[in-house]
Amino acid sequence: MWEALQFDFMRNALLAGVLVSISCGIIGSLVVVNRIVFISGGIAHAAFGGIGLAFFLGFSPSLGAALFAVGVSIIMGAVSFKSKHRADTIIGVLWAIGMALGIILIDLTPGYHVDLMSYLFGSILTVPGSDIWIIILLNLGILLTVIIFYKEFIAMSYDEEFAFIVGIPVKPLYFVLLGMTALAVVMTIQVVGLILIIALLTIPPYIAEKYTKSLGGMMTLSSILGIFFTLGGLWLSYSYDLTSGATIILVAGVGFFIFQAVGLLKGRGGITR
Amino acid sequence: MTVPAIDMNGVWFSYDRTPILEDVTLTLKQGDFLGIIGPNGGGKTTLLKLLLGVLKPDRGTIKILGEAPHDANHRVGYVPQNTDLNITFPISVMEVALMGRLSRSRIGKRYSRNDRTKVEESLKKTGIWNHRHSPIGRLSGGQRQRVFIARALATDPEILLLDEPTASVDPEFEMDLFDFLRELNKKVTIVAITHDVGVISRNVKSVACVNKSLIYHEEGQITAEMIDMAYQCPVDLIAHGIPHRVLPTHREK
Repeated sequence: MWEALQFDFMRNALLAGVLVSISCGIIGSLVVVNRIVFISGGIAHAAFGGIGLAFFLGFSPSLGAALFAVGVSIIMGAVSFKSKHRADTIIGVLWAIGMALGIILIDLTPGYHVDLMSYLFGSILTVPGSDIWIIILLNLGILLTVIIFYKEFIAMSYDEEFAFIVGIPVKPLYFVLLGMTALAVVMTIQVVGLILIIALLTIPPYIAEKYTKSLGGMMTLSSILGIFFTLGGLWLSYSYDLTSGATIILVAGVGFFIFQAVGLLKGRGGITR
Repeated sequence: MTVPAIDMNGVWFSYDRTPILEDVTLTLKQGDFLGIIGPNGGGKTTLLKLLLGVLKPDRGTIKILGEAPHDANHRVGYVPQNTDLNITFPISVMEVALMGRLSRSRIGKRYSRNDRTKVEESLKKTGIWNHRHSPIGRLSGGQRQRVFIARALATDPEILLLDEPTASVDPEFEMDLFDFLRELNKKVTIVAITHDVGVISRNVKSVACVNKSLIYHEEGQITAEMIDMAYQCPVDLIAHGIPHRVLPTHREK
């Protein structure tokens, strides 16, 4: 592993892994406590439509994914306010349409053979240096937004109705959260791929929630756990020549079951808590 | 003449075309202590949510201290019925109570020293200050109720709305609570939904019964008309001033 660090791509991979784990820890905690895991899955998959569009029209796939992810997050947010009872159905529909659209657009792109796998399962080893800078900027943006509106995010997440009553603009704040989720998703596509994003957004916060007393604590611990899972997975995938994204998620999955078992033994309760 | 605390005029509200409230008119003067009774599903909670501006009436007007409901939000405190929402949420008692100090004008700023002093006062008033560092999920239902009342008090309200404040509370605190509310009522207008008619007769100044429509009694007496309207089911109904004389609990229509 250490000799691998002399390669640029490995240093970029480590950096990307750490940075993405931080934003996944912060946003994932908000995603889990606001119960919008399904929406974030929908955003991740629908973003593939943007990747397809980017190839078709010949611009940057990351930009395409970002445009689609943000657009879809706004639609899904509006739907979850407007028709609460069928929101999950509509999110599921957009999820599938986005993916299908992406694949058809790539089919239609003349003379171009895209490595679909790298978007579906990530390609942390091919993150270019220029993307690292974008990831750093997005991370800073997310971090600052959450710090500035920290108490409002707590209020919205814990008791939305009360937050509204005391005058917090709950709806705009909810859309800000969805927008940040979309950006976190786009970053994470590079690392674990859009199919596996949900795991990196939910497993660390789920474990962290049981061991922390505040949302900030939950975010911090989630980020740290995420870094361990990502770097652990990266090391295993390098050593045994495995697909990096899937290895990272399996490491997180093992962590999930270990903490679950520890929780059960300590009587803190498991899934049903 | 001072503005009424609450002024509802011909208010109608329905959910998906199911009428919940019909032609509700109510004027409550400042300093009043209104008890609201009525059957489950009769529209009591809906009424409070209209007063808070969470729901908007289909027809009619609502004024809170002369303002539109949601504009008066910083002058109204609210204690919800359900205190066990998000029970696994990593949040301390102190942080929950601090939510009472949130306001639109101070978005993005830290809680001030004044905020913390106010919250300390209200947590001490409701006797839960010693638990301020506990996660909210570790508290009993009654203890959580105290935290939610403290949160409402921390807003420094001119009107306090309580939805079934005794629903999950230990009986001892229930007594305390109404002593406490009576004391608070010297400065604050109070509206409390309750199932316990006995509590009403001992404590409130006026009574309203809500079951689609609303009957208001300024003297705080529960009239036969209200009971007719409200109850087709057993209640713990104890007549005012006559301990343990239980009124008929069943009425066939």
